[in-house]
Amino acid sequence: MSAARKLACAVLVAVCVGSLAADWLAPAGYAKQFREAPSAPPSRQHLLGTDEIGRDRFARVLYGTRISLLLAPAAALLSTVLAALVGGLAGYLGGIWIRLATALTDLFLSLPWLFLLITVRALLPLNVSPLFSVLITFLILGVLGWAASARVLSTSACSLRSSDFVLQARASGLHGARLFFVHVLPNLKPVLYAQFWISIPVFILSEANLGILGLGVAEPMPSWGSLLRELEGLISFRDEPWRLVPLFLLIVVMTSFQQVLSKEEVAA
Amino acid sequence: MIRRRIFLLLLICFALVAGAAAQGGGELRFCLRSEPKTFDPLLVDDDASLSIRYLTGGVLVRVNRQTQALEPELAESWKVSKDGRQITFKLRRGVAFSDGTPFSAEDVAYTMQRVMDPALHSSTGDAFRSGNGAVETKVLGPTQVSITFPAPVVELDRLFDQVAILSAHSPNKEGAVLGPFMVADHKPGSGVLLKRNPNYWKKDSQGRPLPYLDSIRLDIQPNRDVEMLRFKRGELDLINSIDTEYYDRLAASSPDLVHDAGASLDSEFMWFNQVANAPIPEYKRAWFRSTGFRRAVSQAINREDLSRVVFNGHARPAVGPVSPANKFWFNSRLQAEAYNPAAALQRLQADGFKLENGTLRDKDGNVVEFSIVTNAGNKYRERMAVLIQEDLGKIGIKVNVVTLDFPSLIERIAQKFNYEAAILGFFNVDLDPSGQMNIWLSSAENHAWNPQQKSPETAWEAEIDRLMRAQASAADPKKRKESFDRVQEIVAEQAPFIYLINKNALSAISIAVEGASPVILHPQTFWNAERLTLHSTAQASR
Repeated sequence: MSAARKLACAVLVAVCVGSLAADWLAPAGYAKQFREAPSAPPSRQHLLGTDEIGRDRFARVLYGTRISLLLAPAAALLSTVLAALVGGLAGYLGGIWIRLATALTDLFLSLPWLFLLITVRALLPLNVSPLFSVLITFLILGVLGWAASARVLSTSACSLRSSDFVLQARASGLHGARLFFVHVLPNLKPVLYAQFWISIPVFILSEANLGILGLGVAEPMPSWGSLLRELEGLISFRDEPWRLVPLFLLIVVMTSFQQVLSKEEVAA
Repeated sequence: MIRRRIFLLLLICFALVAGAAAQGGGELRFCLRSEPKTFDPLLVDDDASLSIRYLTGGVLVRVNRQTQALEPELAESWKVSKDGRQITFKLRRGVAFSDGTPFSAEDVAYTMQRVMDPALHSSTGDAFRSGNGAVETKVLGPTQVSITFPAPVVELDRLFDQVAILSAHSPNKEGAVLGPFMVADHKPGSGVLLKRNPNYWKKDSQGRPLPYLDSIRLDIQPNRDVEMLRFKRGELDLINSIDTEYYDRLAASSPDLVHDAGASLDSEFMWFNQVANAPIPEYKRAWFRSTGFRRAVSQAINREDLSRVVFNGHARPAVGPVSPANKFWFNSRLQAEAYNPAAALQRLQADGFKLENGTLRDKDGNVVEFSIVTNAGNKYRERMAVLIQEDLGKIGIKVNVVTLDFPSLIERIAQKFNYEAAILGFFNVDLDPSGQMNIWLSSAENHAWNPQQKSPETAWEAEIDRLMRAQASAADPKKRKESFDRVQEIVAEQAPFIYLINKNALSAISIAVEGASPVILHPQTFWNAERLTLHSTAQASR
C-alpha cells in the first residue's frame, strides 16, 4: 500500500470517526438557532462560527459529513446492485438482452440528470420529515445512477461469457443462475468494487449539486450540499475563510476516495 | 491686501472648478437584470422595459417618487370630472419630441387610442378598463384634450404616470420620445445605450437644460455577483436594488456607497391552503379554515427575529397588505402581530388543541404537523421558513420545510392545490389598492388561500368583496380609504395571509454620482435621472 493510499485511508477514517462522534464533539446540535449571534466568527463556543441564522457551523459540518458519508455509500451500493442486475445479467445472457440493456442504459445516460432529479423530487409527497427527505434524496440518486456502471459491467460480463472457464463450465453441464452466481459474478467482483467506490464521490457531488439548488436534504438537516450553499455570494475569501471549511472537507474526501482505489481498480 | 486678493481669486477658481466638476456631461452606467422585452412603452410588463420607459417616456403627470404626490409634467394642469369618468388636460406649449416633431393634443389622443386598443393587449391600458364601451378622446385645441371613459376609473389622474406619450406624426414611431433620454443603441444580450434627448423640455431652476448627463449605459447582467464586482471595481455607478448580504458587506468596507431607504412596498407572507377540494386530509383543512388556528400561528411567529436574523435588520415586521411605506393607504390604526407563544397556545387550547409531551394535538388526537413550501433558491424565504419551523416547534407544531423549483411550486399552489402552507412575496409597484383587486376578490385567480370561488365561502370574504368593489367604484378618496382600511382590519382579524415582513429598499450608489436620493418606489435610485450628475474625476477615469 502506497503512502498516499495510507494517508487517504487515515483521512477517511478520521473524517468518519469525527462525524460519528458529532453528538459528543458538537453538543450544540445542528438545528439549534443562536439567534443572538447570526453569522458570528469562530469563537470558543462556536469553533467555526455560526451560519446566517445562528446555527453552529462546526456541528452542522460534522452532522452534514455524517449524512453525506453514510448515505452516499448506501446510494452507491444500490446503484451498483442495479447495475449488476441490468448490465451483468444482460452481458451474461447476450443476444437481444444485451441490445435491450444497451438501449436502456443509453436512454438513462442521455437523460438530463439534474432536471430529472428536480422533477422526481417535485413529485414526491411534501409532508415528510427531514430524515426521510435524506433517505428519499439518496434513494433517488441510487435508483437513477446505475446506468454508467451497468454499461461497464455489461461489457465485462460479455467478455466473461466467452472466456475459457465459462465455456468449460457450460460443457460440464452448468447453466442458468448457478453458472451466473458461481462463475460469472465472483469474477465481476473487482469491477463491482471499482464501480462502487467510483460512485460514492459521484453521489456526494450530485447531492451537493441538488443542495446548492436548495432541492436536496430538507431543513434543518445539514448535508454537504446545503453547507456549500453558504458560499453563494462569497466575494472575498479573506473576510470569512472559515466558511470554506465544508468545501475544503469535500475536496479532501473526494481526493482521498480517489487515492483509496488501487490503479488496478481504476483501470477495471 | 495682495494676499487677501490672491486668496479670493483662488477661492473663486476653486468654486468654478468644483461647480464645473459637478455639472453636466458624462455617462451613467448601471445594469438591467434581464433583456428588455419591448421598447414600445405601451406594451411594457417587465422590469427592464419599465426602467427604459421611465428614462425615455414623457408622461402627462408624474407621481413624485419621493413625496408620492402627483405632479404636472407634459400637462400643465388637469381636471377630473366629479363622476370620475372624464379627465381634461391642458398641455405645455413649445414641447417637441426627440426627433423635433412638435408635441400636441393629437399625440395624446393617438396614444390613448392605441393604448385602449383591445388588439394591442396593453397591460397599461388594462388599468383604465373599468366598464364596457369605447373610450372617447376629444381634441379641444392644440393644447387641450379630454378623455371620457365608459365608467368611473379610480385614481384616474395617477394612472397617467404609466402612459408614455407617443407621436402621432413622427416617422420614427416609438423612437420619438418626450422623456429626458432616448434609445441610441441596443445590442441584444449586451446592453442598451440611452443618449440625452436634445429637445427635452425641462430646465433646472437656473434655466439650464436638463438632463445633465450625456448618456446612460445599461448593461444586461443577470448575475448579481458579477454586478457587485463591477460596482466595486468602479465600472458601474449604481445598483438599483441589492440583497441584504451584499449591502452589509459593502457597508463594512464603504459605508458611503450604500443606502437603506426604509421599508419598501414589498411584503413576504405565509398562508394556509383553504381550498375546499384540495387533496389534503379533512382534519388539516379544518385547522387551516379555523381563524383561531391561523391567528395562533401568526402570534407564534417572531417577526422581529425574521427581520433581524434573516434580513440583518433591513426589514420591518409587516402589519398587513399595505406597507407603512404607502403613506396614504396604510391603516395606521393597525400594528404588526406581537410575538406571544403563550397567547398562541391559549388560543389553540380554546379551539380544542392540546399540548402533550411537547406535541400539539387537535381535539381528535391528530398530531399538528404541516409542510411549508417555498421556492428553491430564495435563501431569504428558506431561512424565514426555518425560523418559523423553530418558532412553531415551541408550541408543539411540527413543520416540514420543502423547497421546490418555481414551476413545480406554482403548479401545486395555483393549479393542483396540493400543498398545506406556503411562503411567497408580493412585489408591489402600485400604491393604489385597486391594483390588488385580483388578490382580494374571492372570485380572483390570485386569491391564493382559496381562489376562484363561485360565491364567497365565508362571511368575511363576502365583506372584503363588497368593500373592495366599493372602494373601486367610489370617486371620493376619503370613502375609498375608509373601505380599504376596513379590508386591512378584516385581514388582520382573519389572517388569511400571515404577513411576515416588509423588506427595506436597499441600493448602492457610487460617490461619483451627485444628486442621488434613493426612494422606496421604482426606480429607486434613478427616479430623478434628469438631475443626476457625475463628478468629473469619475468621467476622466473611464
